[in-house]
Amino acid sequence: MTAAHPQPPAQQPYAHQQQPYHQQPGGYAYTSPIPLRRAHLGDALASEWTKIRSVRSTLWTLGVMVVLMVGVGLLAAVAVSASGADLEGQSILLLGFYGMLLGSLCVVTLGVLTISSEYGTGMIRTTLTASPNRSRVLAAKAIVFFLLAFTVTTVTATVVGMAQSAIVDTGSSTGEEWLRATVGAGLFVALLGLLSLAIGALVRHSAGAITVMIGVLLLPLVAAMFMFSEQLETVRQFLFAYSVPSLLVAFYGDAGLTESGPHGWTPLLIMAGITAVALAGAFLALEKRDV
Amino acid sequence: MIELDGLTKRFGAKTAVDHLSCQVRPGVVTGFLGPNGAGKSTTMRMILGLDHPTGGTVRIDGRHYRDLEEPLKYIGALLEARGLHGGRSAYHNLLCLAQANRIPESRVTAVLGLVGLSAVAKKKPKSFSMGMGQRLGIAAALLGDPRILMFDEPVNGLDPEGIHWIRNLMKALAADGRTVFVSSHLMSEMALTADHLIVIGQGKLLADTSMADFIQRNSRSYVRLRSPDRERLLDALAAGGLTPADAGGGVLEVDGVSTEEVGELAGRNGITLHELSAQRASLEEAFMRMTADAVEYQAHGDPAAPPPGRPRWGETSGFPAKGV
Repeated sequence: MTAAHPQPPAQQPYAHQQQPYHQQPGGYAYTSPIPLRRAHLGDALASEWTKIRSVRSTLWTLGVMVVLMVGVGLLAAVAVSASGADLEGQSILLLGFYGMLLGSLCVVTLGVLTISSEYGTGMIRTTLTASPNRSRVLAAKAIVFFLLAFTVTTVTATVVGMAQSAIVDTGSSTGEEWLRATVGAGLFVALLGLLSLAIGALVRHSAGAITVMIGVLLLPLVAAMFMFSEQLETVRQFLFAYSVPSLLVAFYGDAGLTESGPHGWTPLLIMAGITAVALAGAFLALEKRDV
Repeated sequence: MIELDGLTKRFGAKTAVDHLSCQVRPGVVTGFLGPNGAGKSTTMRMILGLDHPTGGTVRIDGRHYRDLEEPLKYIGALLEARGLHGGRSAYHNLLCLAQANRIPESRVTAVLGLVGLSAVAKKKPKSFSMGMGQRLGIAAALLGDPRILMFDEPVNGLDPEGIHWIRNLMKALAADGRTVFVSSHLMSEMALTADHLIVIGQGKLLADTSMADFIQRNSRSYVRLRSPDRERLLDALAAGGLTPADAGGGVLEVDGVSTEEVGELAGRNGITLHELSAQRASLEEAFMRMTADAVEYQAHGDPAAPPPGRPRWGETSGFPAKGV
């Protein structure tokens, strides 16, 4: 434990002055009274829950989402009720789609911010210093965010659906329809948010990641609208059927925007697959990169 | 105890840290000194497992950072770049860290009190002054009551009162038996705080020595002379075996000699002196000389060796060099 300069101790009569740690034989290392245990995922979850509830962006994004879902949903119900329009056999719950589509933009934003704000503020370094198991940090973030997004969207969708049913007086929806328009759509939007979180972890920049996600949401549909060429007809049909809004609308009726599109619970599987791939990429990138 | 063994980090073609091996020991404040861009922050990030080393290893109390159960209880760090969320209250910033390492919530209140931020615990750090932000960062470092503390440029942007506070804090932490590792590019600051020095330049180890030793080696002492009878004085000095250096403005500087000797020499020769004073070059200067040599020595391959031809002050004596 001597200095790197190779000098025999005999030539250093002042050696005892410069190396006081030699004067503390044995017990020099400080020992904290705080007990040491092995941290696990539960600790990381508690930490991430504190993080997500203590920033204003969570309140803003989820607040705006609830306002949009309730506002747009009730407006649509009142309009339909006033005009006496015929829903052509569609479930009344379809009216919840527009609010959910707009609300999904808020979930996307929150998903991105959950991770990208750590990079923006430099908090990520502190976070990973406290939890060097990076996968555990990302897993905890993903779980906390997913559960929060799923709960808020599903509960709001249920409340809006019940209000719409009360306002518009055209028969009742089946239990299956209810399940898909609430839990199904909630799961789909929460998965979309999880995809945003994965993109946020990969891009590490709030504005960049949100832009990417808005592109993912809107670009296929917009692109399909402008594909006038005959040769592109197949691509156009595919984009119409598999764009995010078409997948989401499938939870509100028998089919998506097109007859051939995915229906039933298939959109959920598609979104789960895409999200799983993006999350796997995010885990790998987080482990490999310097922060 | 932090142990670096052959630690290397390359960013593309640039080598930021180059086979750095040293130990940071408990019970003393160890200064980590180097000019800007020497690789100090990169080294600290590697110690914390934030940057992956290109080669070599870092061990914290004998273990890799990733293998520490609850790392905040082993090592607390204040990094140069702000590491907390500006939009989350000071309290919650610390609380989420505490929860990740199962540190009791009472510790959050305790460390906020310790750094004097109790009154602004519910405020957001983005409204904090530089000094308050730095204190909050220190609170985060102290959260787990760790046995190793690492501060990257802690006095940057602090007012004199804050600097004084941080110096005393570091000394007190070391006196507890903790390992305190603090980086700086200011030699003068280190001279006041550190007991031991690790100097790097261009990512390479230049010195690993006690502060007392460093001062002795590097603070060049010389005698400053002015005389109206310059030519005779030069002759007399030469006859006495001394080689003065011309410092301009009629000032001569003589290395490694006492004022008494020069005064007596001038007296014996009947030379009038207008000035005869003992001078000590600043440590800052010594540090700059040392790190400037690093660039030169990269080309020759042995960065650890002292430059040839330069006297190694105090090398053979336990006391400041004197006489010739």
